[in-house]
Amino acid sequence: MLEIKLLDSPLSVQHCIDYAQSGAAGAINVFIGTVRDNTQGKQVLRLEYEAYEPMAISEIEKIARQAMEQFGAKKIAIYHRVGTLEIGDAAVVIAVSTPHRKASFEACQFIIDTLKETVPIWKKEIFEDGEVWVAAHP
Amino acid sequence: MKISILSFGIAKDITGHRFMDWSLGENTRLAELRTALEAQFPALIDLASLRLAVNSEYADGDVILRENDEVAIIPPVAGG
Repeated sequence: MLEIKLLDSPLSVQHCIDYAQSGAAGAINVFIGTVRDNTQGKQVLRLEYEAYEPMAISEIEKIARQAMEQFGAKKIAIYHRVGTLEIGDAAVVIAVSTPHRKASFEACQFIIDTLKETVPIWKKEIFEDGEVWVAAHP
Repeated sequence: MKISILSFGIAKDITGHRFMDWSLGENTRLAELRTALEAQFPALIDLASLRLAVNSEYADGDVILRENDEVAIIPPVAGG
């Protein structure tokens, strides 16, 4: 079972964990991606995220379905934030339940690594003296 | 025929528009549209990567475009 959300308000880690609860699971692993205050030594003031929403949802769903199959996950919740985020805010929360702990770590890592490669979400770093779309240029 | 083009992230800064209407000949392949977009907006070529999606799915250059398709310009993604 899957729950996938793109939200423009603060993400609830507890909601993700509650969703992932399963009697058939012996582990829930949670990954939280947060907004860091610097990049390559430069101070970041905030981030602005945008998404191609219908495609972002469907690409996240593909990743989650693959994780269910590959790691035997029982339930997966993936919430991603859009809009303006301040330092320390959660940009993404992933909660995965599996029968045994090893697979829960592996599934979480697979999901976040793949999400960063395929899901159409973009972020712009805002600095004192300008702004940059992350990863846009080589 | 007409399609719509969506631009996101830095691609929106480059094209200047979130939505564009675009006219094409019948049976235009996605690769031909890409060439036309890169000709009109050369800064797209400087990006670390550029993918196109048709109706919310990543698509290869040999896909044939149809009336009212929605093509999205996908610059390097940076979720998480």
